[in-house]
Amino acid sequence: MNIPYTVEERPDTGLTNGKLGIWLFLASEVMLFGALFSTYIILRMGAPEWPHGELNVTLGAINTVILISSSVTMVMAWASLKMNDFGKHRLFLAATLVLSAVFLVNKYFEYADHFARGEGPAHSTFLAIYFTLTGLHGLHILGGMIVMAYFLGPGAGLWKKNPEQFANRIEVTGLYWHFVDLVWIFLFPVLYLL
Amino acid sequence: MPSDPAEVKKAVRTYMMVGAALFVFTAITVAANRLHLAVPLAITVALIIATMKGSMVAGVFMHLSHERKWIYGALLLTVVLFAALMCLPSFTMMDGIGTPAPAVGVAAENVGH
Amino acid sequence: MDNVTSHGSVAHGHAHGHDEDHHQDLGFWRKYVFSIDHKVIGIQYTITALLFLLFGFTLMMIMRWQLAYPGRPIPLIGQWLGQDRAPMGIMLPEFYNQLGAMHGTIMVFLGVVPLAVGGFGNFVMPLQIGAPDMAFPKLNMMSYWVYFIGGVTMLASFFAPGGAAQSGWTSYAPLAVIAQSGQTIWLVGMIFLITSSLLGSVNFIVTIVQLRARGLGWMRLPFFVWAQFVTAFLLLLAFPPLEAAGVLQLMDRVAGTSFFMPSGLVVSGKALTVAGGGNPVLWQHLFWFLAHPEVYVLILPAMGIVAEIIANNTRKPLWGYKALVYSVGFLGFMSFVVWAHHMFMTGMGTTMSAFFQTTTMIISIPSVVILTAMLLSLWGASIRFTTPMLFALAFLPMFGIGGLTGLPLGLAPSDIHLHDTYYVIGHFHYVVAPGTIFALFAGVYYWFPKATGKKMNDVLGAIHFWGSFICINIVFMPMFIQGLGGMNRRMYDGGMQYAHNATLLKWNVVIGIAAWALGLFQIPFIINFFASMKWGKAADRNPWEATTLEWLAPSPPGHGNFLTEPIVYRGPYEYSVPGAAKDFSPQFEPEKA
Repeated sequence: MNIPYTVEERPDTGLTNGKLGIWLFLASEVMLFGALFSTYIILRMGAPEWPHGELNVTLGAINTVILISSSVTMVMAWASLKMNDFGKHRLFLAATLVLSAVFLVNKYFEYADHFARGEGPAHSTFLAIYFTLTGLHGLHILGGMIVMAYFLGPGAGLWKKNPEQFANRIEVTGLYWHFVDLVWIFLFPVLYLL
Repeated sequence: MPSDPAEVKKAVRTYMMVGAALFVFTAITVAANRLHLAVPLAITVALIIATMKGSMVAGVFMHLSHERKWIYGALLLTVVLFAALMCLPSFTMMDGIGTPAPAVGVAAENVGH
Repeated sequence: MDNVTSHGSVAHGHAHGHDEDHHQDLGFWRKYVFSIDHKVIGIQYTITALLFLLFGFTLMMIMRWQLAYPGRPIPLIGQWLGQDRAPMGIMLPEFYNQLGAMHGTIMVFLGVVPLAVGGFGNFVMPLQIGAPDMAFPKLNMMSYWVYFIGGVTMLASFFAPGGAAQSGWTSYAPLAVIAQSGQTIWLVGMIFLITSSLLGSVNFIVTIVQLRARGLGWMRLPFFVWAQFVTAFLLLLAFPPLEAAGVLQLMDRVAGTSFFMPSGLVVSGKALTVAGGGNPVLWQHLFWFLAHPEVYVLILPAMGIVAEIIANNTRKPLWGYKALVYSVGFLGFMSFVVWAHHMFMTGMGTTMSAFFQTTTMIISIPSVVILTAMLLSLWGASIRFTTPMLFALAFLPMFGIGGLTGLPLGLAPSDIHLHDTYYVIGHFHYVVAPGTIFALFAGVYYWFPKATGKKMNDVLGAIHFWGSFICINIVFMPMFIQGLGGMNRRMYDGGMQYAHNATLLKWNVVIGIAAWALGLFQIPFIINFFASMKWGKAADRNPWEATTLEWLAPSPPGHGNFLTEPIVYRGPYEYSVPGAAKDFSPQFEPEKA
């Protein structure tokens, strides 16, 4: 059975189902991270003092640059499909995957460094919210990587059968990925700098 | 949102420029941190820069600047509720009814009239 | 060779042969268990949710024994409950608390919402908008199974050492943080349930926006669809903060963080070794940010169901369709900014208290508009007292009582006296039990013929209705008396040690007997439900002579729902149109030449 407007846009809304669906999902994600940011505000407001300089700003800045780059490669992965260059698309998608992996590796080093000094989430409310926010964000990165790996692997077959639908799926993945980047754009200054 | 190959080719240039701008803004954020501004000012500056970066990602990479009314509507609703979630709990906690009474032993003395 | 006609229909209008699910070729598991058909999924949700409702109600029937006869051994099942729940059949306070917390959790998250949204929403909505299925059928299937896993997790918590969650369905910190391991399982279960809801809500919104049939503009939508639409937005945007809060509480319990644990907390004379610096009220904010919109999730689908049944059984258009639509939208939005009326007693100052009282009073306006519109719809009507209509009619005054008794709770000065008393329990049960659950029963009787091709028995239906209606009022009305008298909620013996409760405790005997009688009166319904599937009178496509699109599909509809693509020619409630041949003009019938 064919569900309409999966590939072609519905005339009066101008949307495909997937596009509307992912934006709604992202709206819910805004509320999810919003709750954690609200937690941060309340905990910080209620704290007599708030730690500074506990996090590695350089590593955080490098990770920010890495994630921004991955956003560029992600949008290029989609743009390449629109310009009918499947080879370039795979290159850019793989690059996005690699950059995300590097991000996670950096985070692993950061976390390991803290744990080695006995600074886990239980150590202070600052570290508690730091680990929770970056941990949840990291899980989202992992989720995105799994999806990208799928589209580099078994999912790539759809390009031959239904190139439009494949391009839509990459676009939807891209929207999710840019959101993950967007969250980090706020996480970095809030946690590392302020 | 560009959909045919020629338009997309033009958009690629924009993507690259936005990417570069995002790097520059990241550098500015880190530099601003070095200034050690007073906390309220530091927060304001950081959030302004982050919002600008976020808007570029959303507007250009996520094609939000050319999106449909439904998407804008859903996001507008979300932004309003996000604001409520940010502000109302903190306002409620700041608007307390006062400090709690001192420890039991002290009060008991005062009660012995 | 499989019999095509046994499914009632195969959708003709779609020529994509090589993509089409060869539905008849699917094995048993893909057709009935892991189905991606919204109707099968809707029925799965319905039956699972009804079972959970029954279980949650059973928990309450056991609690009511303890409240009516504190310290007396529980009859029949007391001996099997075990030493750590009811030694010698006498309920332990810890077990009472488990029953209380799980009754609330199960009824709200495993019973009412899955039935109202997962069951009715899934089954009816795509049919009512003329769609072949939901926008994301596989996601729909996943939503059900994640709900199922969440439900199993919740049930499993009863077997954790120390028992199930026992800190109320509200799981306030710090008590819930230091509670037994059942609380951890509760939190994990909630994460599954919330995920299921989130996935479902995306599906609902996209389906309603994108898959409406030709001619079905927004102001021609049945009110049921509007109600599901707003409900989906509530679920989408309000649940994530609770998911975040659940993760935070999980971390407090398991990772030793102190999001909600204040410094200097002393438990049983010993100082707690936690990092401190947390805020218990933060939990309340994050919890109620969801839980207030959640109560509108509980009521909105019910209002939608009642609206459909009233229009159908009055043979008149609903009064004030536009007012209903604007009200339900406004209600949905306002529901996000009233939550702290559950927190007036947390040390809130007068400014924010005034803010939340104001928004709470404002939100009562659209509720009243909706109730009034439905009441006015009865004026001058030719009422058919079918079984669904009995329940739908009863909903109106019951919701009225529930809503009105909410007003003193929404105003801080009166809430000071009524907070955490039985008045609150009376208030919210009136809205959910003789309110929403009656509407859900109405919906079952109403759409049963569409789902099964058989009608339910009217005599059993009448017994179910009258018995339930009388008993449920006897259960909940005395609670207002108890609450006004100052009887606190969540006390395992009803609060025997307080002098002010002395005259109020006797009501617990009355309430208990009425509750057990209420349980007995569900038996005709259970029998009716299953027996009618086999032996019920055959129903045709449109046994209620209704106007909305679901009645165009066969009973039951086949895969793909409609034999030809439906087209909508008019509004949803064109009953008794002057000059028309019949007393109803369905949306899907073209104008006669």
